[in-house]
Amino acid sequence: MYIIVAGGGKVGYYLAKSLLNQGHEVLVIERDKHKCDVLSADLGSICQRGDATDSIMMEEAGMERADIVIAVTGDDEDNLMICQMAKKKFKVNRTIARINNPKNEKIFKLLGIDQTVSVTDLILAQIEREIPAQSLVHLLTLREAGATFVEAKVPENSPAIGKPLQALNIPADCVIPLIIRNGKGVVPHGETALAAGDEVVAVTTLEHENVLERVFGGVPVQRATS
Amino acid sequence: MKVVILGCGRLGAYLARRMDQEGHQVTVVDRNAEAFARLGSDFHGAMVLGTGIDQDIMRRAGIEEADAFIAVTNGDNTNAMASEIAKLVFKVPRVVARLYDPVREDTYHTLGLMETVCPTIIGADRILEMVADNHEASKAK
Repeated sequence: MYIIVAGGGKVGYYLAKSLLNQGHEVLVIERDKHKCDVLSADLGSICQRGDATDSIMMEEAGMERADIVIAVTGDDEDNLMICQMAKKKFKVNRTIARINNPKNEKIFKLLGIDQTVSVTDLILAQIEREIPAQSLVHLLTLREAGATFVEAKVPENSPAIGKPLQALNIPADCVIPLIIRNGKGVVPHGETALAAGDEVVAVTTLEHENVLERVFGGVPVQRATS
Repeated sequence: MKVVILGCGRLGAYLARRMDQEGHQVTVVDRNAEAFARLGSDFHGAMVLGTGIDQDIMRRAGIEEADAFIAVTNGDNTNAMASEIAKLVFKVPRVVARLYDPVREDTYHTLGLMETVCPTIIGADRILEMVADNHEASKAK
């Protein structure tokens, strides 16, 4: 596939590198000369220097034949402009944008950007995972599908310990595909009983997140929402 | 009417002063406090410091009650995004964005979310007219 990456900072660099390794044709558009030099020296001549939001630059980059455009600059307004121009003017099928301010996620969705990655939210989730008081960690949220992947650690005092999964009041639209016990993955069934310290991976609807939290006996998590 | 103007550069400040003189309720937003000096001492409107693509700043500027939003910072992308937020999140009835890049202007104009003004095209058209007029005049001599 032909993939255009707008922004050659740290995210753009490693993104381009792994996309190249997967065998894709990649072009990075980056404004800064020094970053361009580093990219070209390390990854070959895959970098075009210039303003990725400039329509002439987009045309020169061959945007109309791009399969995917990924905007990962540090400015949300630039990422939005790049994806909108890619979609509306150059009819690119798939656009992915990095979001720096989580509050902007809604507006990107409203404007038809196919996929967004909120770096701030990801870091927040990672930190939540490291803080033991937070019982439910968000692994992945599919907002359009209204579903979320969460991980819950079963605390020592959980009422769920020793009970088989089917005896717990787990909502019908919630599936538990995996339990991590002592660092090893176990695919559970109805009779599997929970032990303290188990990490339960669950797929659930957004509404039932809180129910799950109660079932596994964790402290309710106050998540910062925008 | 209530109007929020984003960007207190030459155009933003000029617009703000004129609308203020005409009796409108004007709020100007700019991320640089020094820019507000352009408004002069007789400006009656409000000034809000901050970036126009932050919804909290927009709320502080009274966007929720605004009849019109005008985005005239020196960045096309900021103007486009701020206008989209004004229209889609805050449902401001009248939204105008300045976009220097004619291609971007054309695309956003087609999207139909906001009204767009492209000084590049307006300026070029006017200059071409003047050049043509002068040419006609000198031929007539």
